[in-house]
This record gives sequence, C-alpha cells and structure tokens, in this order.
Amino acid sequence: MALWQSIPFACILLPLGSAAITSVLKERWAKYWTMFVLVCLVVLSSVFAGKMLAFSGSYTYMMGHYPAPFGNEIRAGQLEAVTALFFSVIMLLSLMGGMKKVEEHLLSDKQSLYYVMLLLLSAALMAQVYTNDLFTAYVFLEIMTLSACSLITARNRGRTLVAATRYMIMNLLGSGMFLLGITLLYDLSGHLLMSNIQQAVAHLAADGQYRMPLTVVIALMTIGLSIKSALFPFHTWVPDAYGYSTPTSAAVLSSLVSKGYIFMLVKLFWRVIGLDVIRSTGILDVLFVFAMVGMVMGSLSAIRQNDVRRMIAFSSVAQIGYIFMGLGMGTKEGAAAAMFHIFAHGVSKAMLFLSAGGLADASGNHKQFRHLRGSGFRSPIAGVAFTIGALSMVGFPFLGGFTSKLNFAMAAMDQSDIRMLLVLAVLAVSTFLNTVYFLKTVITLYRKPLPGIEYPAEKGRRGFCFNASLVLFSLVNIALGLFSQNVMGLITRGLSHFG
Amino acid sequence: MSFHNYEEMAAMILFGIGFTTLLLQKNLIKKIIGFSMMDAAIYLFLAAKGYIEGRTAPIIADGVTSMEAYINPIPAGLVLTGIVVSVSVTAVMLALTVRLYRRYHTLDFDRICALVRKEEQ
Repeated sequence: MALWQSIPFACILLPLGSAAITSVLKERWAKYWTMFVLVCLVVLSSVFAGKMLAFSGSYTYMMGHYPAPFGNEIRAGQLEAVTALFFSVIMLLSLMGGMKKVEEHLLSDKQSLYYVMLLLLSAALMAQVYTNDLFTAYVFLEIMTLSACSLITARNRGRTLVAATRYMIMNLLGSGMFLLGITLLYDLSGHLLMSNIQQAVAHLAADGQYRMPLTVVIALMTIGLSIKSALFPFHTWVPDAYGYSTPTSAAVLSSLVSKGYIFMLVKLFWRVIGLDVIRSTGILDVLFVFAMVGMVMGSLSAIRQNDVRRMIAFSSVAQIGYIFMGLGMGTKEGAAAAMFHIFAHGVSKAMLFLSAGGLADASGNHKQFRHLRGSGFRSPIAGVAFTIGALSMVGFPFLGGFTSKLNFAMAAMDQSDIRMLLVLAVLAVSTFLNTVYFLKTVITLYRKPLPGIEYPAEKGRRGFCFNASLVLFSLVNIALGLFSQNVMGLITRGLSHFG
Repeated sequence: MSFHNYEEMAAMILFGIGFTTLLLQKNLIKKIIGFSMMDAAIYLFLAAKGYIEGRTAPIIADGVTSMEAYINPIPAGLVLTGIVVSVSVTAVMLALTVRLYRRYHTLDFDRICALVRKEEQ
C-alpha cells in the first residue's frame, strides 16, 4: 500500500486532532491554526484527487489492519476524492470570507470554540465522505449535527437560539430514524461494512426473503436523511438558521452540512443497499414528488421575502429539491446530475451568503432590499460576486448552474413520459421563479439609493481576506462552468466505481 | 406457535412514544425526555438482537474459547457507542434549553417562538 493511500485517513484525523488542540489556544492562534489546518486539508485533498485520477478505480483501507467485524474501513474512489476536495475548498473559502464577521459577532473568549466546531465539522464531513462503515457514518452524522448546532448558536440572538432548537429537534428525529434503520439492517444482514451489506441485501432480494423489513429499513434511512438535509416539508428551521447566524455559519451550513447528508444518501442508494433493490421499493417516487413540490414552493417563498439572507435561505430549499429530484430519477445520469448540482450549488450558495453579508455591511448593517439599493457600487467586489452567484443559480451559460440544469433535463430524457414531462415543466417553472427573485435582487443592488437614507462613509471595506475569498469563489464558479464536461465525466466514472 | 419477541415489541412501542413526544410536546424538557426514550428503545432493540438464548457474556473466564459459548459482542459495543452519542446530544439540548429559559423565562417552545417574533418587531 502506497503512502498516498493513507491520505483519506489523514484528512479525517488531522482536523479531529487539531480541534482538540484548538480548544486550548488563544483566539488569535486558534484562528491561524485553523486556517493552517484547512489549507493543509485542501492541499492533501488535491494531491489525493490528482493521484486518484491516475489510479482510476477504488480501494479499501483497513484501519489498524483489523479485519471486519472488529475493524473499521475507509473506502476511496474518484467520486469521494473530488467531493472531499470540493468540501475542503468551500470550507476554507467560507472561513476566509466570514472571518471579520466572526470576530465581530462573537465574544472574544468564545472565538476559539467556534474554530473548534469548524474543525470538528470538517472532520465529520471527511469521515462522511470516506467511511465504509455504517455505524461510523452514524457517529459522524451526529458529530456533524452537534457542531452545526453550535455554529448556529455562535451568534447569541433569540432567533438563532430558536432556529438551533428547531434544527436539533428535526435532526434528532432524523437520526433516530436513521439509527433504527441501521439497527434493523444489521439485524437482517449481519454486517456493518457497506460492501458486505450490499452482498447480503442482494442475496435477500434475490431469494425474496424479508421484503417488508427491507422496505421499512430503506424508508427509515432515506426519510431520516432527507429530514436532516432539509428536504421541502422539513425545512422550517432553514430560514432562521441561515438568515440570522454569522455569514460563515450560514455558508457552511447551506453548502456543506446538508450536502454531507445527501452524500450519505447517495452512498446508501449506491453502495449500501444497491440501486435495483431501492428502485423496487418505490421510495424514489416519494423523494421525486417531495423534490418537485420543494422546487416550486421554496422559490415561491423566496419571492415573498424582503430580507436578502432569508431569500437566499429559501432558495436553498428549492435547490435541495433539485438534488433530490436527480436522486429520485433512480438512474446513473440523474445521480450524476445531482452530484454536479451539489458542487455547483455549494460553490455559489456559500459565495452568495458571504457577499450578502458584505453588501449588508456596506448598507449600515441592514439586510432589507430597500436599504440594499446601490450597495453594488458601495462594495464593488461583493456586488460582482453576488451577481455571479445569482447568475449561476439562475442558470446563466458558462457558470455551474447552467450545466446542472442542462444535466437534469438530459437525465430526464431516459425517464418515462409522464416523469419526463414533469421534470421539464417543473425545471422551467422553477428556473423562471429563480430568475424573478435573483435578478430582482441584482437589479436592486445597482439602483440609486432611496432618498433620505444615509450610509456610513467607510464604504464597507472588508479587508483582504474577504475580497480574496470572493474572488477565489468567483473563479471556482466560472471554472466549474467552463470545465463542466470534465467534472461530469469524473463524476460519472466515479459513480461507476462507487457501488 | 409461541410468541417470544417481547423485547423487540417493547422497543418499538417505546420508540413510537419517544418519537411522538419529541415531535409533538411543547415543553422542551419533555421533548428531551422523549429523545432519551427514543434512543433507549433502539439500544434495547440492539441488545435484544445480540443476545442468544443460553449463552454468556463474551468474557473468557474459565478457559472456554469455543465461539458457541458466547453471545455476539458487536451489538453491545454499538450500544456503548450510541449511549456516548446520545449523552452528548442530551447535554447540548439541555444547554440550549437553559439558554432559552434564561432569556424568555418559559419552557413552552411555542410561546418562545411567539416571544422571539415579538422581540424582532
């Protein structure tokens, strides 16, 4: 086994160990140390992604050389490598962009704890991506939930506390169902490693044994994970949690935490249970319907908001709907389109939250649209970044969002007639609604300010880190649009080694 | 046919009670109690699944090394890990409740939501 094959293990252990160290550091050093660790994570992930491109295929890595059932496994392929790279880049850029705000919103003696939570979240995400063991996945899901909860409450306000409580209640219901699903699945199959479970489940399905329990397991785990990733009817905590927490938290929560759960769901469908068995249970139709409703309802709620952060939050609900629609199609093309949308949405949504924070700063800390008029001129980089993010979400060519909409439409071509029509119609309606609220905001940013509203003179300069992060985010967005074919090819190849 | 899945049945009933309590109760402390019940029910289920009639705990005491003499130790390990997870989740939930109570002087979650909305206006 070559040395580079240990990188996934290092990617999990490095942030996990650093979180412990960070908790005793002073806030300034905690900040530097966290930045350093996240940069290391990005470098490691990119080296690993490069190696995996040449390697093509996947391998398993036994932790401590103990075989199952006592040992624990990591499994890595191209899809995992690319996902980990994207997650770590978004994490680093989100922290960079919101660092000033973190210092502003948090008491100085609590700041190092915020960095501890960010590092724990990174470790949990990496573990989510790489683990091959179902129970380890559950434990890290809970770590992710807890650290996300403290990221929401980091800014001590009534709204964030209530949002965090709602978030915890929803997530605990979800993880309870997920844990019950794992327990039943362990009972049925006798394994905890994902690949072994898949063989056992394939046997059960071929013999026609335990049909009912298997369906219950799949339903419990799928619904548990959809609750956790804020699929449409379970999204009540989203607007407050994304709208009132500090910008880094909002960016990380919307682009990474919910995506981590969805990646787990992809793993569940492709690796743990196997797509054929999933298809025969009909759970995909349920996801498909909820996703469709979510795409439209999320956008309709977004149009009604007069607060830019809440508008972006509701748009996230709609975008999660897109991803679940791709998964609900139950084909490889659909899943690949969903994976691409995870990247496209993650990159642009984090940028939108950060730049909205910058624009609000340039408008005297107001997030309402009437105060935001003209803020594109007062804070030029944030204005341009917001415009790029908004265009990507709307589906403007040369940006990531365009390719993902195209992919969804193309994936729909393999579906049955009614489903194809539904997908295309809902895509069209949802794109129209997206355009309405995003372009309205962009136009507001570049309109003359209302008379009688004064703005602070220092023009909302946010320092080097903020600008650098937004520029880098914009570059990643454009690169994702320009090289979308390569990324799609990678995802498709990765998915074929995934099962 | 004799019916012998008593533990599993009890676990499922407890899970249902815990789940609905967590979802529907207004009182935050009762919600936390519901969560604890829900998790405990799953651990009961796991422990019941690991037990094999007539065998003992997997600790070699009197030199018996045959696998047939012992029960499956994996579920017990999972239960222990799960307990650690649910203890930390309960701690975080209680901490949140304390913070909400200090701010709004009530445990009724619906009232807290109403108060927050009023505060914002």
